[in-house]
Order: sequence, then structure tokens, then C-alpha cells
Amino acid sequence: MKLYEYQAKEIFARTGIPVPRGRVVLSPEEAAQAAGELGGEVVIKAQVLAGGRGKAGGVRFAAGPEETAAVARTILDLEIKGLPVNALLVEERLPSERELYLSISVDRQAGRPVILAAAEGGMEIETFPEDKIRRRFVETRRGVHPWEGRELAAALGLRGSLLPEFGKFMATLALVFERNDAELAEINPLVQVGSHLVAADARLNIDDAALFRHPDLTKGQELGTQGGPSFVRLGGDIAVLANGAGMAMATLDVLESLGGKASCFIDLGGGTGEEEMSKAIGILGGFSQAMLVNIFGGITRCDEVARAVIRGRQAAPQLPLVVRLDGTNQEEGLRLLREAGVAAVSTMEEAARQVVAQTGGKGEKEV
Amino acid sequence: MSVLLNGGERILIQGITGRQGSFHARRMLEYGSRVVAGVSPGRGGAAVEGVPVFDTVREAVREKGADTSCLFVPAAGAADAAHEALENGIRLLVLVTEHVPVHDAVEVVARAKELRVRVIGPNTFGIISPGKGKIGIMPHEYYTPGPVGLVARSGTLSYQVAAELTAAGLGQSTAVGVGGDPVVGCSLREVLTHFKDDDETRAVVLIGEIGGTAEEEAAELIAGLGKPVVAYLVGRTAPVGVRMGHAGAIIERGKGTYAGKAAALREAGALLAETPWQVAPLVLKSLRG
Repeated sequence: MKLYEYQAKEIFARTGIPVPRGRVVLSPEEAAQAAGELGGEVVIKAQVLAGGRGKAGGVRFAAGPEETAAVARTILDLEIKGLPVNALLVEERLPSERELYLSISVDRQAGRPVILAAAEGGMEIETFPEDKIRRRFVETRRGVHPWEGRELAAALGLRGSLLPEFGKFMATLALVFERNDAELAEINPLVQVGSHLVAADARLNIDDAALFRHPDLTKGQELGTQGGPSFVRLGGDIAVLANGAGMAMATLDVLESLGGKASCFIDLGGGTGEEEMSKAIGILGGFSQAMLVNIFGGITRCDEVARAVIRGRQAAPQLPLVVRLDGTNQEEGLRLLREAGVAAVSTMEEAARQVVAQTGGKGEKEV
Repeated sequence: MSVLLNGGERILIQGITGRQGSFHARRMLEYGSRVVAGVSPGRGGAAVEGVPVFDTVREAVREKGADTSCLFVPAAGAADAAHEALENGIRLLVLVTEHVPVHDAVEVVARAKELRVRVIGPNTFGIISPGKGKIGIMPHEYYTPGPVGLVARSGTLSYQVAAELTAAGLGQSTAVGVGGDPVVGCSLREVLTHFKDDDETRAVVLIGEIGGTAEEEAAELIAGLGKPVVAYLVGRTAPVGVRMGHAGAIIERGKGTYAGKAAALREAGALLAETPWQVAPLVLKSLRG
């Protein structure tokens, strides 16, 4: 789960990371009021869960309540990467002397967290030249100590009081990362203001699997929309219901190579019950031209799938449906479908061709 | 030979009184695996499928000599149970549980390394060596003994491929699921090193997916493997930044793309299948060639 910048900054500030003065607002009037309280120049930032917000016009400067209200109105009218702007962060504009980059994420290869730092900030880290990024792996049991940050700061060319400042900063960011089960804690840019460092921006992505430990973090997410972990919208016209993530991805790939495109998929996971499956079919049918159910029953039982398909179909009876059932209790499943008048096939290839043909795709392209 | 398991393991099932734990205890017993004990805190003294249940791993190890654990404990308690196994002398831990927090997985994997315990998973279907035994949840009916080593990140997709191999007359030496999570105890690359040393394995099938760099790291070993490798990758059409069902299946920060993985594997000499049904014919071809 991605947190909004203002949420991330609240957590940063609570843990002891300096952030700019400011607050989140929902209207131009509130924005004007916030600018009045802050005084001087302010920065107004769209609160959306999408990158490239600056380029889209979602980050702008203003001076005084009147200008702030006008700018706020403009930003609130924007749509950034398809997302509406419902909230703004109004902050003091910092007299930045230097911009840095600092993040902690999980390195999959090493199997542990890694700290990335660079002496430049503001750009997407993917675009940084490799030789400008400093890396340091985290010993999770020991935690990150300030001296490690000082070493990294020295390698980045920081001098004087900035060294201990950076050390403290990095150790605190590591605490934020650990305590919140973060997948990513990123400050870009981290700015130098006089002899101090401030987190001008903040990103904090929380591991979905760990949300049960952080009930406080799921509050406030009503500003955006978060899909379930196994439900993915894709933009085509064929709804895909498969069991297992690998099987689901394989199905999407095969559909596209045959000239079709999935509208969404639901990964049922292993051992999903009839009730859940029938609900899933009802949801998928709502925004699709056809549906493909692709099941290789290992733990999943084909007869259960068949019953769920028959039940779920009542939610979208006119929707063309192709079912492929293979595996555990296949015979029983196919019999049930036949009796209910649902066509079923036993190979994935045949099923994919049929459903693509139903939605006007070519369906005969060789794969 | 087989890799990672030999059929002699004395298996403990953590979470044996749960729905998944009890079901798969029965399935493992059916297949001839030696399930000697179960652990379910507070349920000690019970029995599931004739297998004695203990309150602690310590007791299961002491009373039944368990040396391997297959773990089904729900995600919130999975790391705790895994650490209990690690600290009590378990040598092979198969972590089936899905949705284990990644910070927990980091700690379990790090501790296992210190203790030199092999961890498979989390979010794995386990290991099967057809005819010898299985530790995990795969539908064993689709597997037969033979020359193909199979390693995969995904469960159902590997069952599909195993079934197609079997139908084509190609049995499997061992099939291993490394798990669909970002941080796992045993990598694709590590499984390849085992297949390299296994005389019974004459060809390798690698089933990968978008996200991370495990396939690229595995590709580095292919040239020196001395055995043909057929790779099948999924997620070619997956959008950037979207988690495709598996916690680990996501293209992020420029890493984990289909194109990068396909290129690395192809350049290393692997044959690339584009659909599940192309795998078996490619393996046949590579074994003849």
C-alpha cells in the first residue's frame, strides 16, 4: 500500500525526521488559510499516488493567500495519470542549497534491506547513473547506526556538520522503514537548508501482507482507491478468472498473442471456495465483453469451480463464457457444466482461441 | 538421485490441525512421505490422520525425530513458527504460507543462513521427487519419475507444465517451487546448482515470471550447466508497477521486465517457450539434439 506524501511525512515527523512546515487541505479556501499561517512563499503539492506529478503540473509555488487559492483551484481540477486530485499539501517553500537522494528498500537478490544514497536529488532514481549511487546493506538485527550514515555521507562528499546530521537522518529513516513494515521509504529530494537536512518529499510504501500489524495506516486511504491484492484491472475486454498468479499471467500472455486483451483478472489462489468464486464471477462480468475461466485444479477442485461458474453466471447471464477445466475432479466438473448448458473445453489453448474469437479478435494467429 | 529431498525425511507439519495442514498431511501420507509429527500449540495430545500432534517443535523433534518441517501456519504467525523450527534443529523448512510480511521473511532467511538450514519459500508449493516423496501441496497425480528437473516460482503453472511433460512421456527427477514472494530462502539459481550435480536430471525446465532478478541470476549458470534448459516466462503483457497476484510479480524501479529476463535466458543458451504447451516439445527436442 502506498501512502500519500502527507501521511508519509506525518510518520516521518513523528519518528524524528525534519519535514517542512505545512498541512493537508481539501479546498482552495483552506489552502489560502494555510498559506496565511505559514507566511512567505509556499509550495502546493497534489496528493496523488502517482509518479511524475511535477511534470503534470501538480507541484507549484505561490506567495500569499490569494495566489495560493488560485493555484490550489487549478491543481484540484487536474487529473494526474487518470487520478483525480482530492487533496493538497501546502508547505513552506524551503531555501534549498543542495538536493540529495536517500531511500531504503528490500533488495530481493540479497534478501535484506538496502540503503541507496546519491549526491543529487529530484530525479527518478531509475534514471541515475549507476556510479553516482552509493549502496549499503542493512544488518536488520543490529539496525542502522548513525556512523553508517556518516560513512555514506563522506562518500557522497558531505562535509562538516552535515555529516553527523546525515548519519542521524539515515538511522531514523531506517527506524521508519522497520517499524512500519515498509517496502520502500524514500526521500527525494532530501534538501540542505543551512546546516540542516529536511525531507522535502516523502514516499512510504507499506507491505500489504503486513497491514494486519498496522491498522492505523489503513485510515485515510479513502482519498484514493486501492484494489485488492489479487484483483487487477487491465483495460481490455476479456475477464480472466484463473487459479494461481502464474496461471493468471500465462493466460493474459496467451490471450494477447492471439489478438485479445484482458479487462482484468482475478487470481483465485489455491483452494478458493465456491462462494468466493461465484462472487468473483459476478464482479468480473460487470465490465467485460466475455469471460474466460482457466483452471488447472490442483488444490482447487473442478466440480467446485463448475458449481461456482453456474451460480456466478446468474449475475451476468448474457456474457459469453468459455470455461477450461483440467485437473482434480475434472469429469464431475465438466458434467455439471454440460447439464447447465455451459460450453467447456479441456485445453488452455482451445479456450483462449474461443474467447478471443467471441470478442472479435483474430483468434487464429499462430503462437 | 533427486535434489533437496531423498524420501528419508522425517516430516513435521506445523499447523497440522488447520484446514490446509490436515488436508495436505493426508495427501503427503498418501504419497508415501514420512509425516511423523504435527505441531499445533494448545492441541498437543491430539492426532490428525493418525499423526501425533505436539504443542511445540521441541517435543516433536525429541519424541519423533523430526528433521524437516512443512509449515502451513497462517501469515501472522508464520515467522514465529519458522523461527521455532530453526532453533530446534529442523534442517529443511518448507514454508508454504502465502502473504508472509517481507520483513519477517528477511529475518527467517537470515537466521536460516546462520544456522545452515535450508528454507524453501515462503509462498511455495514445495518439493516433489516423483516416486520418492513430496513435501508440499502439489497435486502429485500429475508427476512421474524421469529425467526433467523442474524449478518454478509459480504453483499452478508448474502443475500445468508438469502435467504436459508427463503426458509427453517426460517424467521429472525433482520439481521445486522456490516461492512467489520477493524474498525467498532458496533461489532459482541455487536449485540449478543442485540440478547440475544430479546425474538423474538430464534437462531442466525453469518457469519464471516478471519481478526481481532471480531469472537473470539463474541465467548466469546455464552456460556451465552441461544440460539443456527450457525456460518459460510469464507476465509479458503485465503493466509496469502492478502486482500480478504474487507479491513478487511486479515490475518496479525499472527492474524485473519480461524482455530483460527473456534476453538473459536466451543469451545464456536456454530455449524459450512462449506458451505452457510449447515446453514439453522443446524439452524433447533438446534431449534429442
